[in-house]
Amino acid sequence: MSTNGDDNLNEYVTATIGGQLFGLPIRRVQDVFLPERVTRVPLAPPEIAGVLNLRGRIVTLIDMRQRLGMPPRADDAPPMALGVELRGEFYGLLIDGVGEVLKVPDRAPEPNPVNLDASLARLSAGIHRLEGLLMIVLDVDRTLDIAATASAA
Amino acid sequence: MDDLLREFVTETNENLDVVDVELVRFEQDPTNAKILDNIFRLVHTIKGTCGFLGLPRLEALAHAAETLMGKFRDGVPATADAVTLILATIDRIKRILESLEHEQREPDGTDDDLIAGLRGMVERLSAAPAPPVEEQAIGTLTPQVLERPLRPGEDSLDDLERAFRDTPVDPVGRRAKPATDEAAPKDEEPARGGSQSIRVAVDTLEHLMTMVSELVLTRNQLLEIVRRHEESEFKTPLQRLSNVTAELQEGVMKTRMQPIGNAWQKMPRIVRDLANELGKQIELEMQGAETELDRQVLDLIKDPLTHMVRNSADHGLETPRERRAAGKPERGRIRLSAYHEGGFIIIEVADDGRGLDTERIKAKAIAHGLASEAEVEKLTEAQIHKFIFTPGFSTAASITSVSGRGVGMDVVRSNIDQIGGAIDVKSVAGVGLSFTIKIPLTLAIVAALIVEAGGDRFAIPQLSVIELVRARAGGEHRIERIRDTSVLRLRNKLLPLARLSRLLGMNTDKAGDVENGFIVVTQVGSQTFGIVVDAVFHTEEIVVKPISSRLRHIALFSGNTILGDGSVIMIIDPNGVAQALGSAGTSQLAAAAAATDKVAADSELMTSLLLFRAGAPQLKAVPLSLVTRLEEIDARKIELSNGRHMVQYRGHLMPLVSMGENVRVRAEGAQPLLVFSDGARSMALVVDQIVDIVEDRLDIQVASANAGVLGSAIVKGQATEIVDVGHFLPLAFEDWFRRKEQPARIRRHSLLLVDDSPFFRNMLSPVLQAAGYEVTSVGSAREALALTGEGQRFDVVVTDIEMPDMDGFEFAQRLRNDPRTADAPVIAMSSVASAEAIERGRRIGLADYVAKFDRQGLIAALKEQTQLGCAA
Repeated sequence: MSTNGDDNLNEYVTATIGGQLFGLPIRRVQDVFLPERVTRVPLAPPEIAGVLNLRGRIVTLIDMRQRLGMPPRADDAPPMALGVELRGEFYGLLIDGVGEVLKVPDRAPEPNPVNLDASLARLSAGIHRLEGLLMIVLDVDRTLDIAATASAA
Repeated sequence: MDDLLREFVTETNENLDVVDVELVRFEQDPTNAKILDNIFRLVHTIKGTCGFLGLPRLEALAHAAETLMGKFRDGVPATADAVTLILATIDRIKRILESLEHEQREPDGTDDDLIAGLRGMVERLSAAPAPPVEEQAIGTLTPQVLERPLRPGEDSLDDLERAFRDTPVDPVGRRAKPATDEAAPKDEEPARGGSQSIRVAVDTLEHLMTMVSELVLTRNQLLEIVRRHEESEFKTPLQRLSNVTAELQEGVMKTRMQPIGNAWQKMPRIVRDLANELGKQIELEMQGAETELDRQVLDLIKDPLTHMVRNSADHGLETPRERRAAGKPERGRIRLSAYHEGGFIIIEVADDGRGLDTERIKAKAIAHGLASEAEVEKLTEAQIHKFIFTPGFSTAASITSVSGRGVGMDVVRSNIDQIGGAIDVKSVAGVGLSFTIKIPLTLAIVAALIVEAGGDRFAIPQLSVIELVRARAGGEHRIERIRDTSVLRLRNKLLPLARLSRLLGMNTDKAGDVENGFIVVTQVGSQTFGIVVDAVFHTEEIVVKPISSRLRHIALFSGNTILGDGSVIMIIDPNGVAQALGSAGTSQLAAAAAATDKVAADSELMTSLLLFRAGAPQLKAVPLSLVTRLEEIDARKIELSNGRHMVQYRGHLMPLVSMGENVRVRAEGAQPLLVFSDGARSMALVVDQIVDIVEDRLDIQVASANAGVLGSAIVKGQATEIVDVGHFLPLAFEDWFRRKEQPARIRRHSLLLVDDSPFFRNMLSPVLQAAGYEVTSVGSAREALALTGEGQRFDVVVTDIEMPDMDGFEFAQRLRNDPRTADAPVIAMSSVASAEAIERGRRIGLADYVAKFDRQGLIAALKEQTQLGCAA
C-alpha cells in the first residue's frame, strides 16, 4: 500500500510504543478502544495477544511491543488498541498510548536510516521529521503479516 | 457489471439448467408436448433477451437451437443425435455466459461449427417424409434481397417470412396450441412461482444472518443482566424480545435453506450423456428433491454427490448385454433420495449394478500396505468395502477424475468429514451398491459443549461428543497413567485420553489434579478418544465465526464464537485433537476396520499390548486385556510374610510375584505392578518399569522354550518378549485356575482347541487344562479335521471363528456333517460378536458363542456343554 494519501492530506494517528512515536495513516485506523475481556489463544504466535468481541466482531489483538521486538510493558497503565481492517478481518494493535492526529506537510516520508533497528525497519514505511522528534510511519499491512514473518525468520 | 446483464446471466443460467433436465426428459418421452413447449419457451426467452442486449453469438446459437426444436414441435421425431446436438449448443451457451459474467462481453470466436450442425440437422429432419411445412413455405416465397451476406444465425427474410406464415396459420397439430395457452399455467406455477418469490443476492442474506447473530448475542447479554435483578420491569418486554429474536433467527436460517434438488439438477444430463457414451440404458430416479438444507452445506456436497452418481453410471451399472446375461432388466437404475432425520439430512445414492469388486479392493488394500494378506482374509466383505474410504486408497487427486469403481471415495469421505458428516457403503455383489450420507442441516449455528481447561473456556461441537464421564481418584472411572500416557477403561475398552490444557500447551498449576476431571468422550470417524477438561458448564447454540487467518494454522481450533456473556471463545476441532493424539493408537488398518462394525473386529488384528521391562533391558509385553490394573505402590508397604512378598491391597493381602529372578522387589520408592484379579482375588507381577501401551499385531515369530515366555514378536519395530501370564498366576495361588470347586472327575473331558494364533493357544491351553480338560490344541481347522478324520474323539471342541483358509463356521459345519463328530458340541470364540455372526452360528449348530477374551465365559460354557453331554 502507499502511505501517501491520494489527496493532499497526510494525516496520521499517532501512537507511542515503548517510548517511540509511531504514525498510522488515518484512513487505516477505524477505532481506538480499550481492550476488555481479552481471550488468550493457546498455541498462537507470541505477537497475538488474544481475541475479543468488539461490537459483535471478533478482533485479533496484536501486541505491538512483541511485534517490534521491544520488552513487554510494565503492568501499570492499561494499553490502548487501534482497530484496523485487512481483507475483511479485524485487528487491534496494542499500543502504550494514543496521541493526537498529526497533519504532516505533503511530502513523502524520508527513507529509513540504514542503522535503524531491524525489527523497527521491517515495519517502517519511512520517517517523518517533526518538531523535536521523529515519527516512524507504521506499515500496517506488513505489521499484520505475521505468518509470513514467522516463516521468514 | 451492469445490473441488467447480471440479471440476464443469472436467469439464463437457471433457465438453461431447466432446459438440460427437460430435454433429457423429452428424449425419453418424445410425445409429451408439454415438456417440449416448456423447453421451447425457455430457449425462446433466451434468444429474445440476447437480441435485446446485443449479444450476437448467444442469439445465433439460441436461434439455431430453437429452429431445430421447432422441428420437434412439428412432429419430427427427436433423435438422440439431434438432442445431443442441442445439448452441446447449450453447453456452448453456458461457456459464453461464463465469460460474459467475468469479462462482461462475449468471448471472441465462432460458433459456425455448431450452427452448421444444427442447420444440417434441420435439413435432414426436414427431408424426412411428409412434413407439410416445406410445401406451404415454398408456395408463398417472395424473393427478398439483402445487401450483405447473412451473419451467422441470421435468417434470410424469406425464412422469417416463411416462419411467420407457418406458425399462426396452421390450424392443426400441436403447434396450434401456443405454449401460453394450456401448458404454461400448469407448468409455470410450481416451477417459477410467479411473483411469489423474489431474487435476493446471497450477500444480502449473509449480512442478514450476521446481524441476526449479533441480535441473538445482544439479547443473551440483556437476559444475563436482567437475571441478576430479581424484580425488573424489563422482564416482560425482554421475554417478548427474546421470542421475536428466536423467531427471526429461525426465519433467516430458513432463507438460507435450499432444496437438495438444486444439487441434483445436473444429474439427469450427466447420466444421459454417460449412458449414450457408454451404450448403457440408465434410469435416474430422484426422491425427496424438495428436502431442504443450508446452502453452505449444499455447496459442499454437490461435487461429492455428482461424483458418486457418475461412478454408479460409469462403473456400477453393467451394459445391457451383461445385465441380460445376469437376468436383470436391461435398463439399469440409479436412485437418489433424501430425507430429514433429526438435525440431519440423509442422502442415499444407490444403483442396481454389479456392486463393489471385493477381490480388487482386497488386492489394492494389500498393494497399498493398508493391510497384510492374512489380515484381509479375516475381514468381512463389509469391512473390506470400507477400504475405499481409507485415505490414499485411490490415487485420484480430485473427485472429478474417474478411473475405477470406488475411486475417489476417500476424497468424498474427507469432504463429508469436513462438514461433520458420515458416509457408509453397502454393496452386494451382482445386486447393487448404495452409499448413505448423513450430514448436519446447517454449519452456521451448532450446539456446543462449553468446557473449561487451563482456566479458559472452550466450545466442543456436540456433534462429535458421545458421552461425558466424570473421573475421580478412587471412583468408578479412574484415569490410569502409563508414564506419559493417560487411559481410561470404559466398558472394557481402553480409551486414549488427551488433556485439553496440555494439548493447548497451557501451563496448569493444578498438576496434582491429574486424576480428576471430566472426560468428553469424542468420536471422529473411526477414532474414539477422551478429551480431559477441568469443568463442563452447559451446552449452547453457538454461531460459528471463522477464525482469523493469523490463527488458522492451529489445527486444534475450527473457529471461534461469541458467547451469551459477550466473551469470545475458541471452538475445538475434534479432528485436530484426533490428529494431535497421533496415529500412535490407531493404524490405518484399525481405522478402516473400526469404521465398520464397532471396534470388536480389529482387536483380532490389533492387540493392545502393555510394554514393560523386567529384569532385562529388552522390552516385554503382555496383552493389556489380560491385565486388570496397573499400580504403583509405595515400596515400604510391601511386607514379607512366610517368605513371600505381600501387599495390602483393597482390603486383601495380595501376593507379589517377581517376573524372573533378576527382578528385585524394591525396598523404597515406587514399585510398579501389574495386577491380575479374578473375583475377589488379586495377584501382582513385579516389574521394573512400565513403558507404554501400544496397539500392534501380535504375531509371535519365535517360540520360546523358557517357562513364562511365549515367544518373541516384533512390537512397534522392536523385538519384544511376550510374557505367558498363565505361567505366573499359579505361582501366587497354586489353585488359581482350579479353585472353583472341582469335584474329582473320574474321566477328564477331552477338548480340541483350534486357533490359528499361537498366543491364544498357549494362553488358553493351561487355563483349560487347569479347569480339568484334556486339551489337544491345533493351529488350523484342517489339522483338526485331520485328527478327527483319524478317528480321534473329543468331548467338546473350542474353535476360533476368524481363521485363514477355513474359518470356524465352515469347520463347525464339517464337524456336524461327519457322523463321527456330529455329537461333539462346538463352542466358538470370536472377537466379532455381531448378531449376524451369532445367528449364523446358531444355524449351523454351534453350541455356544463366546467373546475371545472372556475366559470365565468360556469355562462356564464348557461346563454347561460337558455336563449336558454327560447327562445325555
